Amino acid sequence: MSEIIRRDPRVEWIARNRLHPLHAAAQPAAVSWMGPNGVIRKNPHGVGFIGPNGLKRIDRSGGQQGGSQKRSTASAVVQLPLHVIEQPAFHIVVVPDMVGGRLSAHDKDLLGLAHKLAGSDGAVVAVIFGEHKENALDCNGVDRLLQFEADGFSGYAPEARVLALAALERQLTPRHWLLPDSRTGGGELGRRLAAKLGVRPATRVWQVADGVSSGRAGAGREDLVQQAPRVVLAAVECAEPVSETRHEVRALALNEALVRHIPRIQDLGAVAVDPAQIPMAEAEFILSGGNGVKDWALFHQAAAALGATEGASRVAVDDGYMGRERQVGASGIWVTARVYVAVGISGAIQHLQGIGACDKVVAINLDPTCDMIKRADLSVIGESAAILQALIERVAAYRQGGARDAA
Amino acid sequence: MTELNIVALVSVGAHPLSGRPRRAEQDARAVELGLHLAGERLQVLHAGDPQQEALRAYLGMGLNQLKILEQPAHSDALPVLADYLADSSAQLVLTGSQAETGEGSGMLPFLLAEQLGWPLVVGLAAVEQVSDGVAQVLQALPRGQRRRLQVRLPFVASVDNAAPTARQSAFGPARRGLLTAEEVELVADPLFASAQLQPAKPRPKRLKVIKAKTGAERMKAATAKASGGGGQVLKDVSPEAGAEAIFKLLLEEGVLR
Ligand SMILES: Cc1cc2nc3c(=O)[nH]c(=O)nc-3n(C[C@H](O)[C@H](O)[C@H](O)COP(=O)(O)OP(=O)(O)OC[C@H]3O[C@@H](n4cnc5c(N)ncnc54)[C@H](O)[C@@H]3O)c2cc1C
Repeated sequence: MSEIIRRDPRVEWIARNRLHPLHAAAQPAAVSWMGPNGVIRKNPHGVGFIGPNGLKRIDRSGGQQGGSQKRSTASAVVQLPLHVIEQPAFHIVVVPDMVGGRLSAHDKDLLGLAHKLAGSDGAVVAVIFGEHKENALDCNGVDRLLQFEADGFSGYAPEARVLALAALERQLTPRHWLLPDSRTGGGELGRRLAAKLGVRPATRVWQVADGVSSGRAGAGREDLVQQAPRVVLAAVECAEPVSETRHEVRALALNEALVRHIPRIQDLGAVAVDPAQIPMAEAEFILSGGNGVKDWALFHQAAAALGATEGASRVAVDDGYMGRERQVGASGIWVTARVYVAVGISGAIQHLQGIGACDKVVAINLDPTCDMIKRADLSVIGESAAILQALIERVAAYRQGGARDAA
Repeated sequence: MTELNIVALVSVGAHPLSGRPRRAEQDARAVELGLHLAGERLQVLHAGDPQQEALRAYLGMGLNQLKILEQPAHSDALPVLADYLADSSAQLVLTGSQAETGEGSGMLPFLLAEQLGWPLVVGLAAVEQVSDGVAQVLQALPRGQRRRLQVRLPFVASVDNAAPTARQSAFGPARRGLLTAEEVELVADPLFASAQLQPAKPRPKRLKVIKAKTGAERMKAATAKASGGGGQVLKDVSPEAGAEAIFKLLLEEGVLR
């Protein structure tokens, strides 16, 4: 609740109306009370209020009294109850995608499903490969966390990951393996794991109820309903994410050392793709310009330097600086970028709708009060051209430094 | 062209609206990629019913013949395909990533690779070069990204919608092409003993549950605009300092390549 003191006209009215049954209650407290001898005592200092000039005023009309008690603000953060599983009867293992090092919405749904399947006896184990940046694992239902060191799993290493998961299978024999049926890794890893374990998985599962899983089959015109198998690849919104409990996130270790293996697939690294060729709706990193961009040549240069896909607000498109296919927003494209940099965009609601699915929003704007700043995770107040110029130089320095390191 | 022996596995698809049999979208892309790589020498293989007319759509892409391992519906295609491929000299097996009929779990390439003991590349977009029994390939990632991989031959690869779009099927070649059937041992699929297919239920829409205790909180939740606050605002800083902060965030998020 905000700290702003609000007037309550109804209470004020009750305070003025001496015939109202609640009249007494609406009077400021502790002005008069029953003393120990049954005599009414009054506190003359409790009457009135401090006026705007610092003088004490007494307003006998009752107008000031109603709303004058400060309302208690419910600012205390509610501590959710801790869900402790000391001796788990069984384990449910979740391997979240961790796109960008954080739990995605899909991962959270999956953890919600795992929590549902675990009930009050089972423990939900999350397996994370390498470093992560998530700080809300506890609020999302992770009872145990198995985190593998990054080396050996960095880049594209599905075979190494499957071997690690197979080792975990030998240690815990979990009741269920849950993986997101996503294109960002989970769908592939889950199928590889199922093939390795020799389990027939349920895929594209959108509901698990009473041990029966329903998943889409074929091209999505049919559902496959079966007893939930050990490996479940679940679709988005398969369950509600955990929201009412906190969990321990107790660290778990693998008993056996992982054997080194020679990967049959070698990752030679990402290939530079022309960001302009990536469809806007799919682009991961968008630099978007609005009415506040004055130097469009510089803007294009910045997009090229950053390797970002270009976007625009409607004003920039209407003014002819960008193509219609680049417009972000309600009447343009709804983007799903992980990082969205808005340069000189005020954040009209039609524009904000289009970036609702973006993870991190950065605003560059002159106006510190505009709506884009309220939406942004990082805002820099200043002239767009100067900041873009500085950004280009910073990235160029970084690239050169990187090249020197590599050499 | 590379001198690879390529086999493309195809299935019968279903039109998304009418449900009529047609060539499967992703399998057609696999055939297209195979035609790019091997041209005439591409082998196309199907396990199922040789009378199925929809298979002719693949022939219409410019194939002379399509080999069919004859099987009734609902039998397990995996063992017969694995047996056939193990005995063949195939170096690259191309599949779609998900069938349009039946279970459509997308497990076939994974199980095939596991049974044959071959590596598997998911989402193959292009084969760049092949030398000394090692192929350098491009893998399609979400969000239009590509990754370069090196993989030993022989291998299995599945293609998805990032692979080149399939060419149209021409009627004449589709009529002229040969569907050659081969008798194989039948293996029943145990799945349908325990599971059943139902017409897809529309998925429940997720409701926005507001867990507010007081009326004021509910009001706030209902009228909340862009979630205010939380963001860091840098005011009165030099452009360099601002750029540095943005740069740090971009680096942290790993979007600078
Ligand atoms: C039916 C309808 C549909 C619409 N659909 C869309 C849509 O799909 N997409 C869309 O984007 N809009 C849409 N709009 C338009 C929308 O309402 C806004 O008008 C538009 O988004 C504003 O664009 P802007 O933020 O670029 O411009 P402005 O609102 O003019 O904002 C410019 C911002 O740049 C800042 N600025 C100015 N100079 C500088 C500088 N030198 N350096 C840094 N910052 C600077 C200013 O402080 C201001 O915040 C729609 C409108 C309607 C009525």
